[in-house]
Amino acid sequence: MPLIWLRVAVGCYAAGLFYALALLSRRGESWRQIIVPIVSLGMAFHFVSLAEAAAIEHLTLASAHYSESLLAFLIMFIFMMIRVKYKTTSPGLFVFPLVFLLTFASAVEQAPLHFANPLLQRGWVFLHIALILTGYAALFLSFTASVLYLVQTRSLKSKHHPRQSSGLSSRLPALETIDEIGYKSLLLGFPFMTFGLVAGIALAEARFGSVYYRDPKVTLSLAMWAVYLLLLYTRWNRGWRGRRAAYLAAFAFVAALGAWIANFFSGFHRFVAP
Amino acid sequence: MTFLLTGLNHKSASLEVRERFAISEADLPAAVQRLAQHPGIEEALILSTCNRVEFLARTAPEAVGLTGFLADYFHLQPEEFRPYLYEFRDREAVRHLFEVASSLDSLVVGEPQILGQVKEAYATARAVGAVNAELDALLTRSFAVAKRVRSETAIGSSAVSVASVAVDLAKKIFGSLAGRTVFLAGAGKMSELAARHLLAHGAGSLLIANRTAERAQRLAEKFGAQAVPFSELYDSAGMADIVISSTGAPGFLFRKEHAGRFLHRRRNRPMFFIDIAVPRDVDPAVNELDGIFVYDLDDLQSVVDSNRADRGGEARQAALLIAEEVERFMARLQTAEVVPTIVSLQEHLETIRQAEIDRVRGRLGQLSPEQEMAIETLSRGIINKIMHTPIMTLKSAARDRQETTTVIDLVRRLFNLRERSAAAKQSANESTGVRD
Repeated sequence: MPLIWLRVAVGCYAAGLFYALALLSRRGESWRQIIVPIVSLGMAFHFVSLAEAAAIEHLTLASAHYSESLLAFLIMFIFMMIRVKYKTTSPGLFVFPLVFLLTFASAVEQAPLHFANPLLQRGWVFLHIALILTGYAALFLSFTASVLYLVQTRSLKSKHHPRQSSGLSSRLPALETIDEIGYKSLLLGFPFMTFGLVAGIALAEARFGSVYYRDPKVTLSLAMWAVYLLLLYTRWNRGWRGRRAAYLAAFAFVAALGAWIANFFSGFHRFVAP
Repeated sequence: MTFLLTGLNHKSASLEVRERFAISEADLPAAVQRLAQHPGIEEALILSTCNRVEFLARTAPEAVGLTGFLADYFHLQPEEFRPYLYEFRDREAVRHLFEVASSLDSLVVGEPQILGQVKEAYATARAVGAVNAELDALLTRSFAVAKRVRSETAIGSSAVSVASVAVDLAKKIFGSLAGRTVFLAGAGKMSELAARHLLAHGAGSLLIANRTAERAQRLAEKFGAQAVPFSELYDSAGMADIVISSTGAPGFLFRKEHAGRFLHRRRNRPMFFIDIAVPRDVDPAVNELDGIFVYDLDDLQSVVDSNRADRGGEARQAALLIAEEVERFMARLQTAEVVPTIVSLQEHLETIRQAEIDRVRGRLGQLSPEQEMAIETLSRGIINKIMHTPIMTLKSAARDRQETTTVIDLVRRLFNLRERSAAAKQSANESTGVRD
């Protein structure tokens, strides 16, 4: 994998990470103008690295590094969509650190881990992984929006002037806008996640004849999907938002994280060094 | 004569305390009258708004204060309210009144409503005869000062009113206000102002409920809004995204259980309560509900406080202007004390002049008009020259209270002037009105 471009991208994302930290310590103001061009540049390099990897190595998505890199790119992509539509960089507070970690992890120079099962290394598997990664990315942004919703709620309840309160909350978009971001991300991610899982099941049926439902990765993924569905259901039915929605989104996020970690324990999603 | 100003405002007392001291419009005339008749008090004025209750009086110098009256009127022990009160005398009282009228002391600095409220308080006090002489001059001056502050500083034009703060907050909750429904419970001036701002920023529709249905109807026509019966208060409020409550209800109108029902109906979409009523209409516990935001006047103050810093420059300029006006008013007031003496001195010398002219007139025979004129000019010139120094001394002494008394006594003894007559005093009052 062409690491050089990815490393340049990591450098740009590092600026994003510092921006997020500066926001937390209420000093992010002066950075606001330049941070979006910097991370956009990072995305460009990131894209080049992904495209080059795809061209040279024939889309070996089944490497941990490549998946992480692609996931980071997808998260950045949704972040940019939100920025264009809602004119806010607030989700960057969570997005930048995660993207930095993901790209950093995939940019360190060591032989990337590959799935042990050679069947997972090509073909339809690409679709399965890409769809699920998009679902992860959307879920993460929805979770981010939930947390921002709570921050904004607290700021409004503490009764400071919206223009005066310093730091993060003064820059947050309106409560309803954050809510919409979270909801739209959820809506966007759900079909990806669903089709990703369906594709996985179909693949497993086709290749192995049955699905290993007791495999920790499969179990956690299905649990995550169930929570995802529950999130949408409570939203549609009860209009749940704010704290309760944030708890559910956090739970789904943890499940997703668990599903990711399960790559190291799973029967056939297992990563090994080549 | 002494000016005495006692009161409490949004800075000295919380909303709960202010609520107990608020005097309704209906009770105000009787209250002012009672204050004016209180022993030791010669003139009185009471200003009662949602953010302040001020008692202004001109008292005999030996009067102790207004605590006795307050305890009497509100049936409270002085210890209960003393911590919340401020008290200003003379110069400080004048300064405070000027600041209040100029909206420098307002919750929302620069808001225009307070001057009208001071004028109303003045009209009320005047109507019952509680304000007649010095207090009249003071109030009239305060209106002029307020006007000056408004026109010479930017404090009014950059005024962040409670209404616009409410709009900022609404935008922080809802983003765009387009399509949002605003509900007015109670159709007071404040809520009208807030509604006007919200509509100007794109709020979709407006519902108005008022205990007096005609007032709601009138306001609704003005805004192209919809008047709803007060009996359907909760149904209408449940339809609104923003509720502005300003009724005169003695207890809470909106409690947690109501708000819970609203949330259920709105499927948990956020809701914003702006409570500008004193006493409050919305139970503070409502704010504990997820997705409901309640701001009462005190909260709006804390929001507005942060604004104050922004306009420090303007406020400083306005404060300078007020300091200058206070000096001018005090000087004029002191001059007023020496005016009767000056008048009697003038009268005294004029009498002498007339008598002397009459005495020698017969011996001079026929005089030409020019000669008549010359005698007139000569005699006037002499008495003016004689009067000049004593008058100047009196005027300059007027800046110091103690010296004033000494110099007045001295001049009276030197020229053998009789005691200040009622007539002289009257003319002195008139002259303060016009002189500068």
